[in-house]
Amino acid sequence: MSVLVYTESEKGKFKKNALEVASYASAVAKMMGTTVTAVAFNSTDNEILGNYGVSKVLNVKDESLTTFNAGAYAASIAQAVISTDTKVVILSSSTDTKYLAPLLAAKLSAGYAPNVVQAPESTSPFMVKRTAFSNKGFAHTHIDTDIKIIGVSNNAFGAHESKTDITVEEISSTSDENTNNTKSVEIDKVVGKATIADADIVVSAGRGLKGPENWGMIEELADILGAATACSKPVSDLGWRPHGEHVGQTGKPVASNLYIAIGISGAIQHLAGVSASKTKVVINNDPEAPFFKAADYGIVGDAFEVVPQLIEKLKVFKAQNS
Amino acid sequence: MKILVCISNVPDTTSKINFTDGDTKFDTNGVQFVINPNDEFGLTRAMWFKEKQGATVHIATVGGPSVEPTMRKALAIGADEAFRINAEPTDGFYVAQQLAEVVKNGGYDLVIGGKESIDYNGGMVPGILASLSNMNFINSCINLEIDGDKVTAVREIDGGKEKLSSSLPLVVGGQKGLVEESDLRIPNMRGIMMARKKTLSVLEPVDGIKATEDKKFDKPAAKGQVKLADSVDQLIDLLHNEAKVI
Repeated sequence: MSVLVYTESEKGKFKKNALEVASYASAVAKMMGTTVTAVAFNSTDNEILGNYGVSKVLNVKDESLTTFNAGAYAASIAQAVISTDTKVVILSSSTDTKYLAPLLAAKLSAGYAPNVVQAPESTSPFMVKRTAFSNKGFAHTHIDTDIKIIGVSNNAFGAHESKTDITVEEISSTSDENTNNTKSVEIDKVVGKATIADADIVVSAGRGLKGPENWGMIEELADILGAATACSKPVSDLGWRPHGEHVGQTGKPVASNLYIAIGISGAIQHLAGVSASKTKVVINNDPEAPFFKAADYGIVGDAFEVVPQLIEKLKVFKAQNS
Repeated sequence: MKILVCISNVPDTTSKINFTDGDTKFDTNGVQFVINPNDEFGLTRAMWFKEKQGATVHIATVGGPSVEPTMRKALAIGADEAFRINAEPTDGFYVAQQLAEVVKNGGYDLVIGGKESIDYNGGMVPGILASLSNMNFINSCINLEIDGDKVTAVREIDGGKEKLSSSLPLVVGGQKGLVEESDLRIPNMRGIMMARKKTLSVLEPVDGIKATEDKKFDKPAAKGQVKLADSVDQLIDLLHNEAKVI
């Protein structure tokens, strides 16, 4: 009866969130006096999970599952849960995992608590703290079913090293009993750039930039910081930037270490979506902009003056500190 | 084609969030309720299928009598018929079980819900519903085309998008992109008048498991005062030495 964690990989390598959820699973296992088993698909660097408290990896080897498929992945994870008599399943909050989580919950008749921000408050009864009302509040949620599924918020728990002896077992996939014949046709994905979901730093800009032609400096600033770029809702509604960059209550949530908002006044919906970020910086020429009340640091000034200066100074800073 | 749009009744996005009864309940006092934004994108896409491809569009909501104004708004936008399942939507698994009963009895080809509600953020109802109803499932869907029973869709992924092929019957977890913000419709007077005459049936809930329960709520700690930097140099210094984020 171990704790089971689904560790996501891409091209065989574990993603950053895999180490975070492994660390979370390790914390839960300690509370319950048991061990952690991970499930992975076609991963090649399984031993690394031993540094984060995982004592066994069930690596599903199946060429047909090289590309993510929610139904097929959920079927194999469910099989692993049943074969190991697992009572607690730990998942990440990536878009792929949020796709498979409800399918897994249904297969296992399991209660699912998503967006959990810290280790369980208790394991008997099982109670977790999760964000609700789009980060405007927290819910303390009981999970009352025999099998429990926890979705851990991005960048909330962190990766914590904890050396464990690890064994790796290859297993075959389990076919999906349901007729889920949804198939991937084509993936269009930015490579080699941080994404809003897993970036440590996000640089975001709003209507204060006056037009899409002025985003060059935002992208340059993001490049220097190794950051992902994002935007406010009006900017995506106006078509200045793609929808995928829209962050806020009805867009993507941001939980980065550093969030830099440039020319964004800070509507309540926007603030909700980015509030899980640890440090927030605002650059705005309006000292009355609501965002200043929600920020840690700020500069009152014209973005067209401040951002180019910031780019130059950061180039110098990076040269000295790398 | 027969479409069911699942609609959640949620506080308007501008609402201040407070809790009551010893922080065990959301305080609805003074709060304006609306169609969950992610559901409204789906409803609007369903209207397109109605107008261009002759689809019939039903809506379903799990909730008490207080959700009916939101349902009437969906009817005023153009849905044909509504079902209210008379139960408190306290848990996503339970809600999905209630909706699965409507799906089973209605013979729907396509079910659209939002990828998550903006209040309890469960993000599980469409997926669990698909699994219980043995239908295909596409989440975070930002484009949906249907030709016969063939489905072509695009879903959002971290850092990009993925084109998918699937087939009816299908459940979709929708969001912005299914239609644009500018495509959303404000009900006109004729729609509002017609909505009053449309059928809104109240169904009693079936037995279901209540998998989770929100016992208590709280709000994030108040933010300290913002530190304003006089120069870019000072800002970089603060971020490096104090916040330690660069």
